[in-house]
Parts: sequence; structure tokens; C-alpha cells
Amino acid sequence: MRASGTSLSQVTPERPWLSAELIITLKLVVVIMVSMGFMWFDHRTAYLQPVRGVLATLVYPLQRAISFPIDAGQRLHHLWVDQQTLIHENQRLRHQQLLLNAQIQRLTALEVENRRLRTLLDSATQMRERVLIAELLTVDSDPYRHRILLNRGQKQGVQVGQPLLDQRGVVGQIVHANPLSSTAILITDPNHALPVQVNRNGLRTLAVGTGNYQRLELPYVPNNYDIQVGDVLMTSGMGGRFPRGYPVGVVTAVEFDPGSPFARIDARPAVELDRIREVLVLDVAPDYSNDALSATAR
Amino acid sequence: MLWPNQQGTWVIIATLAVGFILDSLPVPPWLGSFKPDFLALVLMYWCMALPQRVGVITGWVLGLLVDAAQGVLLGQHALVYSIWAFCAVKAHRQVRLFPLWQQALTMLLFLLMGRLLLSWMNGIMGYSSGDGWFFVPAVTGALFWPIVLIALRDLRRHYRIE
Repeated sequence: MRASGTSLSQVTPERPWLSAELIITLKLVVVIMVSMGFMWFDHRTAYLQPVRGVLATLVYPLQRAISFPIDAGQRLHHLWVDQQTLIHENQRLRHQQLLLNAQIQRLTALEVENRRLRTLLDSATQMRERVLIAELLTVDSDPYRHRILLNRGQKQGVQVGQPLLDQRGVVGQIVHANPLSSTAILITDPNHALPVQVNRNGLRTLAVGTGNYQRLELPYVPNNYDIQVGDVLMTSGMGGRFPRGYPVGVVTAVEFDPGSPFARIDARPAVELDRIREVLVLDVAPDYSNDALSATAR
Repeated sequence: MLWPNQQGTWVIIATLAVGFILDSLPVPPWLGSFKPDFLALVLMYWCMALPQRVGVITGWVLGLLVDAAQGVLLGQHALVYSIWAFCAVKAHRQVRLFPLWQQALTMLLFLLMGRLLLSWMNGIMGYSSGDGWFFVPAVTGALFWPIVLIALRDLRRHYRIE
């Protein structure tokens, strides 16, 4: 017992300085402020990328666990599929390969010719493209946000901004590269715009995502421009993200509205973006060296 | 906060992991708008059952992990999950005594508030999901609450987690 016997601590039982209830509220206030700070920093800067990398690596095993039953199911399917089907498939693939090989022969000749012409014209950039095959791990659970998680990351050389393709056309681009995985945005995401060109006449415009896997919008085409239903859209190479000449989609609706300066134009993506399982991550470093040229020419 | 040396912590983490996996299972797009926030339900159960161990900070860390996993703005889910945890901890004395349907209604209220915040933040980021579907997961989540509650309560009693 202390000398000052009339102190408050003697009358009331021992109380902590802050009650438990108050501590919880304080925690919430701090956590909300930190979250808001995080959001601001993540939106404006790239400083939080290492934090995101660590967190994404922590949840990576769980995400692998999610795709495990699907993989196992496919493997089981391969195990049980009968020989007749396999023979048929094999035959079909052989034919396809023959066809593709024939096409490639023609393409190589064209490519060599193209390169020769370009050197004649003194054109600086020769694009040499390398690809990496990545598998889809999960899709964003928010149906309006078209983002996918891929099983390749910085370890395999994935970088932010790399375009994604499929055998049918453009899929999207990488927005976050984590150590073992990466997040990509699809071309149908409402926040994505893609520089495109009409194949028929070279008209350049932007294709903007709508949040619908089957629809792209071309909001900046003036009413008097020549665009028709059925026109094929290709990447234009403007903006430097996507290389030129990959199919993007087909125009499905054109509506001229005299009241507004722009026509209402819809397009359907070339890729069925809600059914993809594997994508190609394109490495489009411009290749200035001359030996790349001779290597292909040889 | 969750500490690994206490009894049952691994069970809690395992149930949270299951909630996370259920949330990120790939489903067809039409089903996607009905999918409840399982992780939020599991988190709020533990907040109400063991408010001294699972709370605001646990919710915040979980939210950050969800943000990183989905590749969205860091802090978005962290904010909402910590608010959910806070609501559950604050209300645990009352809600524990409620009959099941009233608990589900309380959950509906909490989930709606969180969904509203999330869609509001998405709106700021330019993702307008303005056709009113954003609240559907809250309703299905409230419908799933009795199942989550009974399953986790049995688990807690079986492992005697205090």
C-alpha cells in the first residue's frame, strides 16, 4: 500500500488506461487510415509492388490448390479416353500440322522478303518475338472486372505490359508481375483500351472493354467514317504495347446517330475470353541486332 | 491477433484458407454474381466466437491477401474486411444470443454495408457495377450463414478451441 491512501486507484478496482473496447476502435481507425494510404500509394506509385509480390507469393500455394482438381480431372480424362478417340485426334493434329507447316514455309519466305525490304528502306526496328505459355490459375471473382491470374511470374521473365495472345488473337496484357504468378487484364475489362485498325481500309481507332466478354466498343469513330459490320479489327501497333497485325475482333453492329459526333460501334473479340485456359505471353523487345536478321535469312 | 502457439490456431487458419479457396473457385459468369463472400463469413464467425483472438488486425491482413491475390488496388478489401471484423467483434455479445434467422439478418446488414463500400470504391476506380447486382452476394451470404455457423461451431467444439 502506498503512502497517498486517498488516491483513486484505491477506491475503484484496477483499471487499464484504455478499455478493451476503445483499443478495438483505435485499431480500426489506424487500420482504415493505413488502408487508405495503401490505396493512394498503389494507385499513384509503384512503391508497393514488393509488398504485393510478397503477399501474392504467400497466397500462391492456395491458388495452386484451387486449380489442382481441374488439372487432376483433365489428367483422369486423358487416362480414360479410349484409343479410337486418341487415334482420331492424332490424325487430325497430324493433318493440321502438315497444313501449318506448309503455311509457315510460305510465311518464312515472306518474312525474309519483308526483312530485306525493310533493310532497303532503312527501317530501324525489327521485331523479334519470343513467347511463353502460361496457364490460367483463377479468374477475378468480381464479374465486372476482367482480370486473370497466370502461373508464370518474374522468375520466368514476365514483365508488366507484356501482351497476351491466344491462337485466335489478342487476349490482354500483364498488369502485375509477382515472383511466381502474374495478373493480367483482359481486353474486355471496362478499364482497358486497345489501339486497333480496320483491316479493310486501315482506319485507326480505339477498342474499349465493356465488362462483357462478348463485346468491345469503338466509341471514337466519327459518323462519316467508312466502317461496316463484318470488318476485321487488327492491332495497330500504336502505343507500343501490342505488336502490329494481330486479330482483335469483328465489328458486329454499326449505328450512326445524327445527334452525336460519334457512331455507336460494337465488336466481338476474336478470342472467346470466358473459355481460355492457356495464353501466350509475348516478349516484344525490339531487336536491333543484325545477326537476328541473318539468322532467319540463312 | 492470431498467435501460432495458442491451441487451435491452425484450425482457424485452415478454415480461413477454405473460405479463401471457396471465394476464388472459378465459376461460370452467371453464377459469379451470386457467389457469397465465404471468407467474410468465416472471419466474422471467428470474430464472434473468439473476439480476443480474431479481430480487426486479422481481418486487415486477410483483406490484404485477397487484394494481392485478385490483383486489385492494395487496401481495398483490407479496409472492408477490417470493418467486417470490427462489426462482428463489437456485436458479438448480442448476436451470439440471437436465434439463427436474426443472426442471418444481422449478417445481411454487415455484408450489405461491406458490399456497398466495395462497389463505391470500384466506382471511384472506374468500374461502375451500377446495375444493382452488387448486393446479391450479401443476400446469398446471409442465406449461407446458418450452414457456416453450424459447421464452424461443431469444428470449434470438436477441437475445443477457446
